[in-house]
Amino acid sequence: MSTAVASSSRAAPRWASRIGRWAQAWVGVIAILAFLELIVRVGIIPSRYFPPMTTTFGTLFEQLGQSSFWTAVLQTLQGWALGLGIAALIGIPLGMLIGANMLVYRGLRPIIEFLRPIPSVALIPLAILIYGTGMQSKVFLAAFASTWPLLIQSIYGVRDLDPVQRETAQSFRIPLKDRLLKVSLPGAIPYIATGLRISSATALVLAVTAELVIGAPGLGRSINTARAGGVPDLMYALTIATGLLGWLLNVALSKVEARALHWHPSHREVAR
Amino acid sequence: MSRRWMYAAVEIAVPVAVFAVIWVWSAGSDVYYYPPLQDVLNTFKDTWLFERVGSDVGPSMLRLFIGYFLAVVVGVAGGVALGMSPLLRRIAAPVVEFLRAIPAPALLPFALLVLGVGNNSKIFVIAFVCLWPILLNAIDGVASVDPTLVDTGRVYRIPARDRLRSVVLPAAAPQIFAGMRTSLSLALILMVISEMVASSNGIGYFVLQSQRSFAIPEMWSGIILLGILGYLFNAVFLLLERRALAWHRGARAGSQ
Repeated sequence: MSTAVASSSRAAPRWASRIGRWAQAWVGVIAILAFLELIVRVGIIPSRYFPPMTTTFGTLFEQLGQSSFWTAVLQTLQGWALGLGIAALIGIPLGMLIGANMLVYRGLRPIIEFLRPIPSVALIPLAILIYGTGMQSKVFLAAFASTWPLLIQSIYGVRDLDPVQRETAQSFRIPLKDRLLKVSLPGAIPYIATGLRISSATALVLAVTAELVIGAPGLGRSINTARAGGVPDLMYALTIATGLLGWLLNVALSKVEARALHWHPSHREVAR
Repeated sequence: MSRRWMYAAVEIAVPVAVFAVIWVWSAGSDVYYYPPLQDVLNTFKDTWLFERVGSDVGPSMLRLFIGYFLAVVVGVAGGVALGMSPLLRRIAAPVVEFLRAIPAPALLPFALLVLGVGNNSKIFVIAFVCLWPILLNAIDGVASVDPTLVDTGRVYRIPARDRLRSVVLPAAAPQIFAGMRTSLSLALILMVISEMVASSNGIGYFVLQSQRSFAIPEMWSGIILLGILGYLFNAVFLLLERRALAWHRGARAGSQ
């Protein structure tokens, strides 16, 4: 069946197939929303726990006009940005230095392998003790968690450099600093870009977690407050808003990556 | 050869040195938050060997594995269905992209409200977060199976069920395993978070409770336990993966 659809859309004009694809993308979303609306209206799920989607989206639009909502969004984004920024400043240079030297790499590998799987959330109590329950804890947790993907991707990126490139640079006695900046870094950038995308999602998760668990101000705390206050439609509206925020950050980073790496072979196919 | 020995020696010597430095450095420590390593290890022995294994580690592990198992079943089944049909894939893509982007802890209040504070809400959140890496990798893996393989199966009139079991799934297996490994560490993280928010037992509960009652060595012992668990999970999974995919790595090495 699927092949029939594909061949018919190939025969149709370009704009028609584009509209077709667009419609297909929305069919799923609308079907699920309608289904959720229906099961609540019919009474399969009590609306006390799960308000109808129309109510939830109404609340969401109402929130969009309120300054307290945007303050919470900005607070969450601030934690995300600072955490990711610190992680990039630590993870990328450190990863490149470790990856550039075999001896250092072998010495530190067991330590990294041991520290990496420690769930960063295990450090929440420590963060509360040292940084309190505000922005600092949130940034610390987001930075700690999102450093690892960047560190490891940077190490792999440097290690995966074409040996011909590396040896050419070495035999021309290019100083270490230039070798790192002009040979290793461009070679490692696709890896680092992937690391950035993973780290961005991680940083957002940890920012929301910190707000939820230790009550740092932001979307996570608003969600928990709405739950505790017995306002389910607000809780769902904010949860959807958090999802949209995560999705927007994903899309934005992918776009930036595609644009910044258009010269790289891995992106040439996509760019066409 | 001597170079290889040197690397091996470094790999053992550096961690030992780091451990020794922390031991000596923290021995005389009177900073409240960083108790001597010796105290922490003693507390670790008293707490986790095997005093609280039944009351905290057991329930934690149970939730983790049920949630993870559900995610594997749903993720592989859904991934195969979506991977085989481009139409379904296009319809489901926006929903998947949105659900995947929700930071999982933000769903915890929802889970608590609908499923209550018991095991179910924690299992739901663990399964939810583990689902996406497995699902996306399974979709990718199934969709990118070499068409020659599938067509050959078709030409020989191999029944669809056998084709799925002996051609599509093995070809997609390496990617599915990669997703499962990512999910395993996510499962541990969400286990801890869910136990910190509303719970009366579990490792996450213990660590947060220790901090709140200022039992600092206990808190550190819990953090160390979580690190050891994460390391062990990863190591055991790698071992299983290497076994399950032995044919794959062998085939690749042979063709080179």
